[in-house]
Amino acid sequence: VSPLGTVVDGAEVVVCCGAGGVGKTTTAAVIGLEAARRGRQVVVVTIDPARRLADALGLPDGLTGEPQPVTVDDLDGVDGAGSLWAMMLDTPAMFERVVRRNASDDEQADRIVQNRFYRNMATALSGTQEYMASEALHELHDDERFDLVVVDTPPSRNALDFLEAPGVLTRFLDHKLFKLLMMPTRTGFKVLSTASQPLLRAIGRVVGSDVLADAVAFFQAFAGMEVGFRERAEAVTMLLHADATRFVLVASPQRETLVEAAWFADQLREQGFEVATTVVNRMHPQFGEGTAGEAHKRARAAAGRGDDRLAAIWANLGLLRSLAAAERAELAPLLDRVAAATVVEVPLLPNDVHEVSELDTLGTHLFA
Amino acid sequence: VSNVTPLTDLTASNLVIVAGKGGVGKTTVTAVVARAAADAGQRVLVVELDGKPVLDELLPEVEVRHISAADSLADYLVEHGFKRIAKRLASTGVIDVVSTAAPGIDDLVVLGKIKQLERSDEWDLIVVDGPAAGHAISFLTSAAGLRDAVRGGPVREQADDVLSMLGDPERCQVLLVTVAETTPVNELIETASAVEERVGVQLGPIVVNQIDGSAPPPDPAEVSFGRAKAQVDDAIAAALFSRARHEVQAAELARIDRAVPLPQVHVAAIPVTGLDAEHIAQLAAEFAL
Repeated sequence: VSPLGTVVDGAEVVVCCGAGGVGKTTTAAVIGLEAARRGRQVVVVTIDPARRLADALGLPDGLTGEPQPVTVDDLDGVDGAGSLWAMMLDTPAMFERVVRRNASDDEQADRIVQNRFYRNMATALSGTQEYMASEALHELHDDERFDLVVVDTPPSRNALDFLEAPGVLTRFLDHKLFKLLMMPTRTGFKVLSTASQPLLRAIGRVVGSDVLADAVAFFQAFAGMEVGFRERAEAVTMLLHADATRFVLVASPQRETLVEAAWFADQLREQGFEVATTVVNRMHPQFGEGTAGEAHKRARAAAGRGDDRLAAIWANLGLLRSLAAAERAELAPLLDRVAAATVVEVPLLPNDVHEVSELDTLGTHLFA
Repeated sequence: VSNVTPLTDLTASNLVIVAGKGGVGKTTVTAVVARAAADAGQRVLVVELDGKPVLDELLPEVEVRHISAADSLADYLVEHGFKRIAKRLASTGVIDVVSTAAPGIDDLVVLGKIKQLERSDEWDLIVVDGPAAGHAISFLTSAAGLRDAVRGGPVREQADDVLSMLGDPERCQVLLVTVAETTPVNELIETASAVEERVGVQLGPIVVNQIDGSAPPPDPAEVSFGRAKAQVDDAIAAALFSRARHEVQAAELARIDRAVPLPQVHVAAIPVTGLDAEHIAQLAAEFAL
């Protein structure tokens, strides 16, 4: 039984994490497709528009911020008809939904979403994308249409960015500056506490007084919403720690990427998360049981007979086998950190993935 | 497809910012350009923004400076009136509030530091291992965004100075890096048009990394294997695999040429799983004049 099959069958949430450029999005899609084939009601969330993936899934207008059903053949799994949905994270739209859910009325929500400081935070604050990805995960987990959520994570340098994301805003609210701004005064929130004035004047000198006024207005408009945000952050953190949430670490067989993956695995463990499976994408195939040396020997023999074309064929086999062997050797530091039994190797395909049949080909390797 | 651009094109400006999607070898290309210029006798400085130590290892003979956005912003605030609480800037959240209130200010102060280095005349060439493509546009547009948002004061001055550097092809160009595969090329095409339309910075040649420059193996159907039987199927499968990868590479190179009609520079694939300083020297030698 494939380790990945076991992971997916018992999961309600699968988080695909790893460095940029290792094939996280494609892996998430393949996991979603296979789970749907096994009868699950699956939604796959990508972080970016992933056009090639949208094409492969037959969504000509691309992925949007709302889940769209994907039509694929043979979705009748053993346990009944599965289904597959796909969407991409729309960070500003998600943030506005979160604000509206927590606001006491439309007027408070409007005041916040129209604020320039808020709009900057929704589009430019580092960590917001991770934060909203974790919110989307929670929202979709609660959505009755789905029994499995597969998320791709933003390409951050640090695995903890995603895991700490639910607390991004509450940490912001815990800042001394925020507390100073919100400190009750006799005349209520309209007048800023005098303790914050020197700090605010200093900030104003650097960024300009208009910019500062927007920030102050945002914090004032936010009054009363902290509790809701804190509670939700705790709920999302609990979901990330739940037994039915599984982490799939995705890597590719280059030294630098594997070092990063090993470091990710360490970080996850320190935070009390377990890597359920490690997927190493784009491994060169081994082409049979023979060695590179045997192939090169035949290449030399053919060259000795003056048959350059045959020599080129054997030399090519030798080169590919050396690469495959070197890549397997590079996996060692990663295997030290994760159980070898949970590592799934996915071969580099001769062509890039453009259609659903190629996703299925990857699926047969992932779930072999 | 046009090919082999001389080193003079790669280093035509004082400052070269290397940008590309994760995994395409941006750091490798940074190292190769720096090494090639250093080998040609130029005084070269490499600037690294991610805190990764790898460039120091790849370029033992070139000076590498690490510039972090958080440190740069803290320095900047200290220079502009935050002396009293400087040590506690991060813990008090001032940095978060400032960088949220004025998005891009962290990128702008990094560019400001790079501009100081560029103006110092200590270096013939500064190569920046830039942010990943997704962030490259916001990094490069930070100065324009802040110029429009902030009416006066030190941030506005900084933005104006950085913009005049970015807009001057003699001072600055951007090298976009990709590999010849569908998704990285899609991203390259999007980034190239965004850089031209929104940033107003000179694009240098497109650098395509990990190019297999060898001839593809012959079609195994047209080759006689003689009496050999063992492993022949493996050799045939391997030949078909390599021919398919060559076809993808040729198709993607042609697609780049159609979508982004700029000269291309091809950096050879070295069939190993991790590059070291010697590989960088070997790749750089291909650009020597």
